[in-house]
Amino acid sequence: MQRVHTGWLGRDVISIRDFSREQIEELLRHAHQIRPDPELLRGRVMASLFFEPSTRTQLSFATAMQRLGGHVIGFSGVEGSSLAKGESLQDTAKVVEKYADIIVIRHPLEGSARLVADTVSLPVINAGDGANQHPTQTLTDLFTIQRFHGRLDDLKIGLVGDLKYGRTVHSLALAFTRFRKIELRLISPENLRMPPAILRELDGIVPYVETSELDLRDLDVVYVTRIQKERFPDIEEYEKVKGAYVIDLKACEQLRRDAILLHPLPRVDEITPDVDALPQAKYFEQTRNGVPVRMALLRLLLGA
Amino acid sequence: MNEELKVSKIKNGTVIDHITAGMAPIVLRILGIGKGCSDTVIVAMNVKSHQIGLKDMVKVENRALAQETVKKIALVAPHATVNIIKDYKVAQKFKVELPSELIGVVRCPNRNCITNSGERVSSYFTVESKDPLALRCHYCEVLVDGASVDILL
Ligand SMILES: [Zn+2]
Repeated sequence: MQRVHTGWLGRDVISIRDFSREQIEELLRHAHQIRPDPELLRGRVMASLFFEPSTRTQLSFATAMQRLGGHVIGFSGVEGSSLAKGESLQDTAKVVEKYADIIVIRHPLEGSARLVADTVSLPVINAGDGANQHPTQTLTDLFTIQRFHGRLDDLKIGLVGDLKYGRTVHSLALAFTRFRKIELRLISPENLRMPPAILRELDGIVPYVETSELDLRDLDVVYVTRIQKERFPDIEEYEKVKGAYVIDLKACEQLRRDAILLHPLPRVDEITPDVDALPQAKYFEQTRNGVPVRMALLRLLLGA
Repeated sequence: MNEELKVSKIKNGTVIDHITAGMAPIVLRILGIGKGCSDTVIVAMNVKSHQIGLKDMVKVENRALAQETVKKIALVAPHATVNIIKDYKVAQKFKVELPSELIGVVRCPNRNCITNSGERVSSYFTVESKDPLALRCHYCEVLVDGASVDILL
């Protein structure tokens, strides 16, 4: 294993905005190489504080910790946590700090993970704070793209679906400001366009075009997100728009042979099941990649 | 009417000059001036200024500004100057300055932000850019620009 150079030891992982290209690359290098090793984190304890349930993310973190020999404590959902009895998040964090070596937190309020990180001296990983950030998802997305394309520079990337409320696409777009020769195609209905605040961070760094047409031609990566019914004032408008962004076999005819199709999962009907068999469909692989990325992260943060 | 004359009109208090034109009402709100305030307040709007074209000005008798108040004024009127008047004379004069971090000064506009929950934590913004104004919440990372900052005060 390589030595750690770029300041991962003991740090917090709250927002993709906190990370440089070098730091991202170092983590991904470790993620490509890491193998299960029950000795590596033996005796270390990860506190998994899920104030809202997310089975997928929770399992991925727990699996990562256990494959390196560590223990997992914690809870999922407000029930079972003392928060239900009115304890503040800061007090919960201070108590948990006594039992664990690292904290993983998911919480419905934006900024909650940063607050916990500022409260305790242990490393804290944000596993999703409301609509704000979910950096390990983004790191997993980058890992998957790097794995199939062998690079994170010089890529044409299409982001498809709900670009307004989709946390994963905001974070992924921001991550690509760290890389070179990236072109973004932002494909969304008019009312679900990428927020101006995110576009402002791309301006002058990552060129992008916005379109409402499902044009998947000539892209290296197609990243699909779900369009939710709640975002539309009336059901008719929703049905009309939803249909225009379904990735089915017909839409996939536009895909390049070496393109990869990603989705943060769970999907509902935005990618039809018959697409799963196409060589470009990599979303299940993407989900599995969450484990080595989180293993590498735990190892670097705990300095093992 | 020259500036000296305007400044010298109150006996003791504060003159806030070079306020961005049109922002005087917001400065009054920051100062908490409204019904129930009995001190003399003089407001001038859209006055010609050599430095910034048109400007507003607010004079308040018997009033000193707290640090927090000066920071708030800097958010809406970055070129403002504060004159402290004692016995009709300018006893002290300084320009407002926006610090690089604002703690507990403006609330976060994001209702789902941890600083708007029951947690004991102050709002905390970092100033990403002074001109044009851009503030980012340290916690929820929401970006606030100059056009929307007045509603947060
Ligand atoms: Zn906030």
